[in-house]
Order: sequence, then structure tokens, then C-alpha cells
Amino acid sequence: MVKASVTQTKSTAAKGSDDRAIFRIRALTVVGALLVWEGIALLGRLDILYADVVPSTWVIIVAIVTEFTLASFYRDFGITFAEHIVGFIVGSFIAIALGIAMGANELLRKSLEPYLNAIGSTPKIIFLPILFLIFGTGIESKMAKGAMSAFFPVVFSTALGMVLIPPTLIRVGRSFNLTTRQMISKIYLPAMVNPVITGLRLGMAITVIGVLVAELKFADGGLGYRLGLYYEQFQIAPMYAVIIIIFAIAAFANVGMTRLQDRANRHMAPTTTKGKKARASASGGLGVVATN
Amino acid sequence: MSGLHRSPLIVGLLGLLGLALVLELAVSQGLIKDFIVPRPSDAIMAVGQVHEDMNLIGNFFVTLGMTAASTLLALLIGIPFGYFLYRNARFGVAYEGWLAAAFAAPTVLLYPLFLVMFGRTHLTLIAMGFIPGAIPIIIQTRQGLLGVPRTLMNVGQSFNLSDREMFWKIQLPSAVPTIFTGIRIGVMYTLVNIVAIEYLIDFGGLGRIVSEMFFRFDAPGTYASIIAVVFVSVFFYWGFGRIEKWLRPV
Repeated sequence: MVKASVTQTKSTAAKGSDDRAIFRIRALTVVGALLVWEGIALLGRLDILYADVVPSTWVIIVAIVTEFTLASFYRDFGITFAEHIVGFIVGSFIAIALGIAMGANELLRKSLEPYLNAIGSTPKIIFLPILFLIFGTGIESKMAKGAMSAFFPVVFSTALGMVLIPPTLIRVGRSFNLTTRQMISKIYLPAMVNPVITGLRLGMAITVIGVLVAELKFADGGLGYRLGLYYEQFQIAPMYAVIIIIFAIAAFANVGMTRLQDRANRHMAPTTTKGKKARASASGGLGVVATN
Repeated sequence: MSGLHRSPLIVGLLGLLGLALVLELAVSQGLIKDFIVPRPSDAIMAVGQVHEDMNLIGNFFVTLGMTAASTLLALLIGIPFGYFLYRNARFGVAYEGWLAAAFAAPTVLLYPLFLVMFGRTHLTLIAMGFIPGAIPIIIQTRQGLLGVPRTLMNVGQSFNLSDREMFWKIQLPSAVPTIFTGIRIGVMYTLVNIVAIEYLIDFGGLGRIVSEMFFRFDAPGTYASIIAVVFVSVFFYWGFGRIEKWLRPV
């Protein structure tokens, strides 16, 4: 008993030491990167290397704060947010409907899969000219691009989720003579929560990229437009500021969706013999190659 | 109909042909404006014209060359760094989350930075292809080496292999399928990013052609160049998928 607690204390101590070492590595990496950046910025100020291209960290921080004080930033943020949300909802809705149909019908799935894989692996940005031709260069084309970006990861994950539904659940639904609508709402969707949310999480991240890239090409508003405008005006520090803000927004959105998926997993996880829900994590590896 | 049920490929092809026919009729009858969606036959015929005007095959090799350069750079840096993260477990754990986050981040938006640094040159495209290509290679190299079965390591130790021999004879061969998965993902993202940046900055290979055709208001040419890019992507996706299947026979 004493030996077990000594061993446990040692392993806890070793874990604590590892955690501290990992924290030190991360902290030193951040400090080192900042020092390298400041070094390059200094060389730029001395006209030795990349003059004006790499501003000092403090200048970038001031630019970030300044962005948040500008009304135009919130206007552009609102435009991008609207494009993203509408595109994501429309694309996901169509994808979930088609994914359920593909999952339920093997012929449909095997017929469509090669074409969906072909377009899914293609850089979606090259379809922008088609979207601009159809919808114009306003926010509609950006919403359409967002919908296109969201569609593919969601349809693949939904179709896979449908295929992986345990046949027992389907037989139970049929034995109760459930209608198609009831089968979808009471059997299919609850059984597919995890893969669908995984697809939605991936789709949300890719929709952000798709909308911003479309704004970079042709737009008169939005964060992507703002980034392109700063580049064209050679306002380097504000350009860095917008990039950092966009990366932060994308990271927060990803964390939010991951937490949502973790919550869904905990809700759906089977109860263990001790009455506790089994822990599950949404954090995944690289998985599907989903392009923007 | 039961015969068709056994041939999803034929059903898919018939569906595609059907859609093309419907579009052909709709555009011919004026239901859809031909400057928005050209007739499919016009788009296919335009491929030859696009090749004559814009040297489609030559530009394909330009895109291919930059993809290869970015991938080579990603391999030269990614595999050794992945090995470093494997050998130094604390560094591996420290950077694991950051690498995953970087992979999910919209790195395509960094292109203005490289435009400012390198100008509108191939270096910008190679840099933009390198970033999304290197990350999965690093991650999968580490994962592949971590996943080497303990039994194989014990066999190596029982033969008193040196560290170098252990790496070249046991660890690397066992990790190759996983590493290749990283290379496949990296190459796809590299190609996607390079084509995307070519389109955005009107420079380079295939992506530039799509942009050029659009600016000329040449709808058949635009669609023809898009079809060409789709074929290239499918070819890469299929080719690397076959190689990966060959590396993972089971």
C-alpha cells in the first residue's frame, strides 16, 4: 500500500516535471520567435534587410488596437460574418440532406461519390469565376462560395455517419412503423451527431477561408477585402493586424466547435458500470483532405 | 433497372451526360445566358483554344514544378523535424497542438506577406505551397515513428542493432506508410494553395489561366480552364491514393 502510494507520488512528480518542461519549451519558443522577429524588424529599420516589410511587434500591437477602434473594421467584420453564417447554413443544410440521401441509398452514394471526390479535392477557389458570373461580385457570391466550401466536408461526414448507423437502430425504427420524417428525426440524426458535428466543425473552418479568399479577389467590404486593401496601400502593420485578428477568430471558432462536439460526445457516450459517462474527445488528427 | 443497380459507375456517367444535355438545351434555347454558363460542348471545344492561346500543358508543368519544389522543401525540413519531435518527446508534446492548430488555420491569407517579401515571383508561390505541405509531413512523421510496434523494436534490440541501424532497418520502413499519408495530404494542400494563389495574384500556371480567361470575359475558356484544373486535381488525388494503397497492402 505504501509502495503503491510512493510509486503514484513519483509518477505524479514526473508528470509535473514534464508539464513544466513543456511549458518552458513553449514559452521559450514564443520568446525566441519574438526576438527573431524584432531582429529582422531592426535590420529593416537599419535598411539592411526588408525595410518596412517587417514592422516591430509593438507597432503591430498598436495596429491591432487601432483596428478595434475603427467603425469600418466592425462594418467589414459584420459583412464577413454575415457571408460566413449564411454560406455555412445553406451549404450545411444542403449537404446534410444529400448526405442522408446518399447514406440511405447505396446506388446514389456510389454514383455520386466519384464526382463529389473529384470536385472536393479541387481548389474551390477556381470556381469563383462561375460564382461571380452567376451571382455578381457582391456579397451573394461570397455566400455562395461559403456554401460551396461548407458543403463538401459536411456531405462526406454525413454520408459516412449514415452508413455507420448500427442496423439494429434502423430495424427498431422500422419495427415501430416510423415515417421517413420520424426515422430521420428520431433514429438517423441522433445516431449521426458525432460525425455530423465533426463535418460541421471542419466545414465552418473551411467556410471562413473560402469567404475570405473570395473577398480578396473581388469585394467592396469584408475582412478579406480589408486585408487586400491594406496590402495594396502598403499599410504593412495594419495588414499584419488584420491577419492576426482573422487567425484569432478562426482559432476561437474552432475551439468553440470542438467544445460543442465534446459536449455532444459526453451526452451521447454510453454510461460506464460506475454510472459515469465515458469521456470522449473531439480532437482529431488530419483526417479528410478538405480543400478551401 | 436491376442491371443498372449493379453499375453505379454507369448510373453516374448517365447522370452526368443527362445534366450536360439539359444544360446544352437550356443554353441553346436561351433559358440560361451563354455568357454565364456556356454550352458544355463549347466549353469542351474551348480546351484546345485555351491550350493554343495560353499553353495549357506548359502552364500545367509550371504548376507541377512549383508543387514539386514546395513538396521537396517540405520533405527536406518536415521529415527531419518530425524525427526530432519523435526523439525529443517533450518537444513533440509541446508542439503537437500548435502544429494541429497551424494546419487548421487559414494560411492562404499569408500570401500578402510573402508578396511583400518576395514580390510577384515563383518564390511567393513556393513559400505558400511549403507551409501547408510541411505541417502534415511533420505530424505524420512523428506519428509514424511513434506507432512502430514494440515487437519490431524488441527484435532489433535482440540483434544488438545500433541506433542508426534501428532507424534505417526497423523504424523508418515501419513508419513509411504513415509518413506517406502525410506526404499525400501535404501534396494535395500544396497543390490547392499554389493554384489558389496563382488565381489570386494572376501569376504562375493553371490558376493564372482561369483568372485570365475570366478577365477576357471568355466564358467557354473560363469553364475549359476550370475543367483542366479539376482533371489535374483528380489525377493527383487518384495517383497518390494508389501509391498509398500499394504501401499499405493490408
